Amino acid sequence: MNESLFISIIIGISIASVPLIFAAIGELLVERSGVLNLGVEGMMIVGALLGFVVMSHTGNPYLAVLSAMLGGMAIASIFAFLTQFLLTNQVATGLALTLFGLGFAAFAGRGYTEETIQLITAVPIPYLSDIPYLGPLLFSFNPLVYLAFFMVYLVWWFLFKTKQGLILRAIGDNHDAAHAIGHNVVRYRVMAILFGGAMAGIGGAFLSLVQVPIWGEGMTAGRGWIALGLVVFASWQPFRIIFGAILFGGITILQIHAQGLNINVSAQYLSMLPYLATIIILVSLRMRLKNKTNRTVPNCLGRIFHSTT
Amino acid sequence: MIKLVPRVENSTLMILLSPLLAMTLTALSAYLIFVYILVDIDVSSVFYTLFVEPLRDSYYFSELLVKAAPLMIIGLGLSIGFRAGIWNIGAEGQFVIGGIAGSAVGLYFYNVEAFWILPLMTIAGILGGMFYAGIAAFLRVKYQVNEILVTLMLTYVAVLFLSAMLQGPLRNPSGFNFPESRLFHDSALLPIIWEGTRLHIGLIVAIILSLIAWFGIKKHMFGMQIKISGSAPRAAKFAGFDDNKTVWYSLLISGGLAGLAGIFEAAGPAGQLTPGLPQFYGFTAIIVAFLARLHPVGVLFSALLIALSYVGGENVQIEYNLPSSITQIFQGMLLFYFLACDILIKYKVVLFKTKN
Repeated sequence: MNESLFISIIIGISIASVPLIFAAIGELLVERSGVLNLGVEGMMIVGALLGFVVMSHTGNPYLAVLSAMLGGMAIASIFAFLTQFLLTNQVATGLALTLFGLGFAAFAGRGYTEETIQLITAVPIPYLSDIPYLGPLLFSFNPLVYLAFFMVYLVWWFLFKTKQGLILRAIGDNHDAAHAIGHNVVRYRVMAILFGGAMAGIGGAFLSLVQVPIWGEGMTAGRGWIALGLVVFASWQPFRIIFGAILFGGITILQIHAQGLNINVSAQYLSMLPYLATIIILVSLRMRLKNKTNRTVPNCLGRIFHSTT
Repeated sequence: MIKLVPRVENSTLMILLSPLLAMTLTALSAYLIFVYILVDIDVSSVFYTLFVEPLRDSYYFSELLVKAAPLMIIGLGLSIGFRAGIWNIGAEGQFVIGGIAGSAVGLYFYNVEAFWILPLMTIAGILGGMFYAGIAAFLRVKYQVNEILVTLMLTYVAVLFLSAMLQGPLRNPSGFNFPESRLFHDSALLPIIWEGTRLHIGLIVAIILSLIAWFGIKKHMFGMQIKISGSAPRAAKFAGFDDNKTVWYSLLISGGLAGLAGIFEAAGPAGQLTPGLPQFYGFTAIIVAFLARLHPVGVLFSALLIALSYVGGENVQIEYNLPSSITQIFQGMLLFYFLACDILIKYKVVLFKTKN
């Protein structure tokens, strides 16, 4: 295999996996706090739309990414309000969030389907990117790619190296006990949900600002749901998200290259691969854990908390 | 300050009032959207087109019933599964597979005119949907893989499979390469129950099924089992209910009904298999099931309500050149408000002064 093809495949994989890393690491923190938010797809598409709209009006990539984050947080706040204050069922509310987000983005973005924008391109780090082999492999990515990996580190550091992270995990495992010793369960969960919204927002924006320079209804194409699968696959461990996301990125790239190589399988069957892979990977994880309960699942995941005192 | 105090008993008044409150709030939000976002529009006439016209005009009313039938059938299956805490979110996929399986049978007997073709197609559709949901049941029972993710992923796969079938084996051989099947001939089409409209026998089937389900849940042990499995999983275990059985039954019933709706859609209003078969009914039926509070007869009414928003939404699209997504926004909002208002059933809202 020649070198430039190899590098282009690596870059392709990274571009395909980064939206999943963002969305999944956000959801991981949310689930660690004991909340199951099935609205990832809805938050991603709103992020994709807002990032695109702001980029097409201002041309400023920082503003675009920032507004995608805020958009994700705004729609996540609906979920936070309903589940944390009005004690609604998290599964139903998350689904409503996805349906609403898809509808809202299609409605609000109807004037933008013909437009194109300037993509956010890779920024090779000066000097370092000139190193042979290592330079193109490590130091010439899109800035958002580095941010994604940094966020994974940050979530790991927060969860396992800070006091607040410990409290958040405690809340996820036993909200009644955490409440009894004086921690504010609802506040932690609301913050986690908003963080999850922000991350899903960036993940969505990555699709419309880095992958393709256009906006289209339903352009997230199930990536929010794949991100939810990744969290399970990662057994709620931050660094495993990267591994899982790269696996999916690889499958996506394989599918694109296979189409280019004229392999005699219709495009539809190749496009099924990422979805089928999600299922296969979840099954294989279970086969590995055979007869053992997955002890990393937050105990209170999806349960409603209401304090009477 | 506002505080929520749990009620000793669920409030019967609120069980009836909260859906009305949710609808009022949705209408109010819709009004605000029309006034402040789509400024140059006469709101009262939009509301008339949305909510009143479909009920007054006999053609629109028949279309409302055409759209309500699949929502009733799918929503019914979902409500049974959701009661048991089995989240089949991929009814859309089972709908598509049911449509493909039933249509394949109809197209295989393309040259045969016989009374048994339609029943055979229907059975194939139901089995297709059951098989597809059965995958999720198998993986959940055998490997504890979450059924939400599996059914959803399989939905994307099903839509791609439909497209592959329509470009391959099921494509109309004399259709100029359009990705559509042949038109079904008469004995493969559902009987029309309202002359001059597209309203087919599916509506009657839906009503009968809903009554059967209602009776079944009330009288049959299985109804008890899914109810307890959903609301008190530990108690269900102590009662000796088989967890795996609940998973299998819930998914097979909801999948089979989604498949039935799929073949009814193909052999009914569509009259052939097209890429436009999935119309989000599988997802919208989730809203239908919740609005009905998972009650099998309630599903009939909530499906009518949602179908009204479909037909009204389409009319608004055409007359005022608004996007179709507006229907989806209203449906999403309705579900939000509905879930939120339900808190009034279990909790009392109490105002109190904060102590200084």
